[in-house]
Amino acid sequence: MVNLPFTAALAFRTLRVNKMRSLLTMLGIIIGVGAVIAMLAVGTGATQQITAQISSMGSNLLIILPGSTTSGGLRMGAGTQPTLTTFDSDAIEEDAPAVAAAAPVLSGSAQVIYGNQNWSTVVSGTTPSMLYVRDWQLAEGRPFSDADVKNATKVCLMGQTVVDNLFGGEDPLGKTVQIKGVPFQVIGVLAVKGQSVMGQDQDDTIYVPVTTAQRKLFGTAFPGMVRVIMIKARSTADLNAAQDQINALLRQRHHIMPGQDDDFTVRNLTQMMQAAEQSTKIMTLLLGAIASVSLLVGGIGIMNIMLVSVTERTREIGIRMAIGAKTWDIRIQFIAEALIMSLIGGIIGIALGVAGSSAISKIAGWPAVVSPFSALLAFGFSGAVGIFFGFYPAYKASLLDPIDALRYE
Amino acid sequence: MALIEAKSISKVYTMGDIEVNALKGVSLSIAKGEFVSVMGASGSGKSTFMNILGCLDKPTGGKYLLEDVDVSGMGRDELADIRNRKIGFVFQGFNLLPRTTALENVELPMFYKGVPAKERMGRAMEALKKVGLEKREMHYPNQLSGGQQQRVAIARALVNEAPIILADEPTGNLDTKTSVEIMELFVELNNTAGITIILVTHEPDIAEFSKRTIKFLDGRVISDEMTASRRARANG
Ligand SMILES: Nc1ncnc2c1ncn2[C@@H]1O[C@H](COP(=O)(O)OP(=O)(O)OP(=O)(O)O)[C@@H](O)[C@H]1O
Ligand SMILES: [Mg+2]
Repeated sequence: MVNLPFTAALAFRTLRVNKMRSLLTMLGIIIGVGAVIAMLAVGTGATQQITAQISSMGSNLLIILPGSTTSGGLRMGAGTQPTLTTFDSDAIEEDAPAVAAAAPVLSGSAQVIYGNQNWSTVVSGTTPSMLYVRDWQLAEGRPFSDADVKNATKVCLMGQTVVDNLFGGEDPLGKTVQIKGVPFQVIGVLAVKGQSVMGQDQDDTIYVPVTTAQRKLFGTAFPGMVRVIMIKARSTADLNAAQDQINALLRQRHHIMPGQDDDFTVRNLTQMMQAAEQSTKIMTLLLGAIASVSLLVGGIGIMNIMLVSVTERTREIGIRMAIGAKTWDIRIQFIAEALIMSLIGGIIGIALGVAGSSAISKIAGWPAVVSPFSALLAFGFSGAVGIFFGFYPAYKASLLDPIDALRYE
Repeated sequence: MALIEAKSISKVYTMGDIEVNALKGVSLSIAKGEFVSVMGASGSGKSTFMNILGCLDKPTGGKYLLEDVDVSGMGRDELADIRNRKIGFVFQGFNLLPRTTALENVELPMFYKGVPAKERMGRAMEALKKVGLEKREMHYPNQLSGGQQQRVAIARALVNEAPIILADEPTGNLDTKTSVEIMELFVELNNTAGITIILVTHEPDIAEFSKRTIKFLDGRVISDEMTASRRARANG
């Protein structure tokens, strides 16, 4: 029924006659769509970065911190009192069915020397399970084994940042470095992981067998003492079960009476990270919502100009009515003009938003991801704005009296 | 059977407290193929009457039958459809769409009728040929003389093969020579195509081209007779 090519051609021509005005009217939509695209891109970029950081931590992670949350009526922060041991870690790995692996950690900062280079970093004593718990691969070399842990051999796995600072271009494999004056052989280099959620460089680290750390580097207040135990649950669904099993097991192992407080704390790292991810997503939506307000303002601009245009073209409307234009013929014509303006504005806005978000990401050092979905959404939304705000002027035009319109000067 | 049948049509304009009786009971009938000129002093109600005949306006009282159909009860879109199919308008001020070529102006009534694009083009060219403007189809109204613009308007009135052309002072803005050319075109259309033409004019010379002259005074028809020259010819 409606002749689309003709209507579109007509609308284009009318808009071209008033180029400057059409462009200024579109500007509102351009800015609105551009802002929506840029905000969504920056927000999506942030979310994706956090998601990447979460997966870089390892999936389905729990962390057990020593020390009671209360101690003789006085509440203490978690980790204030060393209570965990490698034996706890082994027991959890063995006896908690929901736990896939457990890795004890005894860490401290230490000076590392190679030749005339030195670097201060965090050295963590742990078990071979660690790499699995944290989903961490080796870039080269081999991991240390259970035998290394048993024998407390002086071998280490090195993060890329440490390698870069100590070795420059040299191949670290098989080389011997001094950690706190103790010679360690480098047997492996960890794959690059990048920043953690907290912004720490995860590659600035060294792993050694936990027994070696206990005996040669940091010492222990009691046999087998470790600072924390990292746990990998079998699946996300098993996280809560794992937490319960660990609680029960450790209470039993630490001889805690019913009613007494735990002397350890289990935290669900994955859940915490997911919460962070969630809040970033909400932030993204919020930014997008604020940006769409400007799109709305752009729509009002279109309505304003269309109303002016209807008044200016009253006579034209009268002529069209006289030769047979019906109510919807007139309406479609004006709605088409509004729609074309808003859609062109939308396309330019998307281009601008893409350019803008890549600029923001360069300045802020933060990835910006324009998803096809958000582009499509913005395009559709601008079209809807055009139709919505074009309707009232079109409606007004269609109700003009043909004679009055023809007589209009 | 009358093509146009006006039965005591009245039109009252109300502006606040003032009432203007523009038409005070006009009754007349016009048959198919007639060429009627409407004359009368300024403000006598000619344009008001033409607007009612053209279904642009509705009478306050009386009845208007177009091809035996009472149009008084019709809605906006129905009236638009009647204007589109049955009536071609030619105005004093030409009333072409600006920034639109002659060809597109002529295509417009067919567009609203729903004629396919391919057919529109050919028919519009044909109509322009009939009015002697086949070489001006890509011109915009501001690139055409007044007479040429009026020819485009006539082509537009013809193109949907409407049986009636209503022309309100079509030569009012044209010089004498051009006016005569336009009137000769109307005569030809009336003679060859049998199109019923009703035109308003102030000039007796223009009215001479018609077959029947209706005179208005103060909202009433005061005379309705054969045009003077024909009467003379008939008598002589
Ligand atoms: N829209 C209107 N509102 C109020 N009064 C009107 C309106 N249109 C016409 N009139 C009045 O109706 C009367 C007839 O007007 P009309 O335009 O029909 O005259 P006309 O015979 O065409 O005059 P002219 O030869 O000057 O064109 C006039 O008194 C005019 O003032
Ligand atoms: Mg008049």
